[in-house]
Amino acid sequence: MDPRALKKDFPIFEAHPELVFLDSAASSQKPRAVIEALSRFYETAYANVHRGSYRLSEAATEAFEAARTTLARYLGARDPREVVFVRNATEGVNLLAHALADRVGAGETILVTEMEHHANLVPWQRLAARTGARIRAVPLTEEGRLDLKAYDRLLAEGPKIVALTQMSNVLGTINPVAKLAEKARQAGAIVVVDGAQAAPHLPVNVASLGADFYVTSGHKMLGPTGASALWGRLELWLELPPFLTGGGMIERVEIEQSTFTEPPARFEAGTPPFAEAVALAEAARYLEAVGREPILAHDQALTRRALEGLKAIPDLRVFGPEGSDRGGVVSFAFPGLHAHDLATFLAERKIAVRAGHHCAQPLHRRLGVPATTRASFYLYNTEEDVDRLVEAVAEARRFFKDWIA
Amino acid sequence: MGILEELYQELVLTRYKAPQKRGTLPNPTHKSGGKNPACGDQIELYLKVEDGTIAAVRYQGEGCAVSQASADLMAEAVEGKTVAEALELAKKFKAMVVEGRPPAPELGDLAALAGVAKLPSRVKCATLAWHALEEALGEGA
Repeated sequence: MDPRALKKDFPIFEAHPELVFLDSAASSQKPRAVIEALSRFYETAYANVHRGSYRLSEAATEAFEAARTTLARYLGARDPREVVFVRNATEGVNLLAHALADRVGAGETILVTEMEHHANLVPWQRLAARTGARIRAVPLTEEGRLDLKAYDRLLAEGPKIVALTQMSNVLGTINPVAKLAEKARQAGAIVVVDGAQAAPHLPVNVASLGADFYVTSGHKMLGPTGASALWGRLELWLELPPFLTGGGMIERVEIEQSTFTEPPARFEAGTPPFAEAVALAEAARYLEAVGREPILAHDQALTRRALEGLKAIPDLRVFGPEGSDRGGVVSFAFPGLHAHDLATFLAERKIAVRAGHHCAQPLHRRLGVPATTRASFYLYNTEEDVDRLVEAVAEARRFFKDWIA
Repeated sequence: MGILEELYQELVLTRYKAPQKRGTLPNPTHKSGGKNPACGDQIELYLKVEDGTIAAVRYQGEGCAVSQASADLMAEAVEGKTVAEALELAKKFKAMVVEGRPPAPELGDLAALAGVAKLPSRVKCATLAWHALEEALGEGA
């Protein structure tokens, strides 16, 4: 895998040749193939799906369903009907938190982890508030891994739903999800895996992962905004009630009641983001062509380089574990210097990072810092990008030397 | 002078590290709070207004240097001013950091934050305390 060659596929870097883009964990850049697939669809193939009995609409429907098949393959699903298109990962978790409402009752437990993104926490809190269930969280070790002994203890309490991330968007920790899912299902829980950070970077096979649902974020995996694949076991989809209701998801509608169609359409009320789904399928093909093993190896090589460089900078706290269970995310903080001030310094050197709590406030509370600055890597990043980051952070330390506690 | 040197000058550093007006007031006549949920900056503002004059201002909070230094300088600047004068100063401060106008002379030391206008993502850090002031004095956020 040659990141310099791949970078040429991304027009943003032609428009901004100086840009060191280290914010792919927030949203990835898009290759030309994806941008062209989107505009080509709108220019030559656009009509609403599942509606018109004319050729253009039929072809659009076929393209949408072909996109579903591509995403099913990308995720390792057995059946394309297991893939529901939603707007984003947040909508995916909200869909589940509503559709699974009957699966948890008063006094019962929904188990999450301390490293969850708010998207995989707040919807469960709302479900708990509606049902009288309670939220418990798996704590972290000092290195930033899940405390597996505590996980076992918490599973013994018999949670009805276990919702956990495959990869932390702050620490980069890759959780042993297959092992955790197996235990959770043995304990009788429905397992929801947040794959927003993992699916763009890791080989994923939902058929063998052992989870019940797998949430992804299309725009983080080279796709356009507005379309993401939500995978679930077909037998569960068949049983679950809809979340959003209205057009496209019904079987028969009377004034006072309705029946609902089969999945996946049952969970895709209204006109779905089919043009975006077609472009997302192009993104999935692009990633398949590069290969997720090489992408992960590349991310991890850049991460090792970044960790080595950043850990050599005096006073800098660098978070997250080291090892093969570490993906391409590095968060760091100087005591006494706020993450935003550091990010502004880096931005002036054309280095795009994110500063803040990264939608993970409980995790930051656990780390004992209000905010961190985060660099994240993807297939278009080079060793030079990492070196520029490390140099700039070292320079920031000199610039802010009187600030750092 | 680059934008970084312009923004992160000695005064901002001093006010961030050794604030003059940080703390609470025992019996405030006005209180308000402000937050930038996206970045975690937050502030609580305490005012003592007597006969239309701001007798004392204190604040507590956490956040970046820009948000906290702005709060500290604001507290100092509005103490002793009438409510009307303080609200007028808030308008002038916002004209400087939001619209990028040259600092009005009344802004004094607050001119140190003029560089914020060139950093759109940081404007809300600088205005946080001022919005809290306007809210406390009943002028809306």
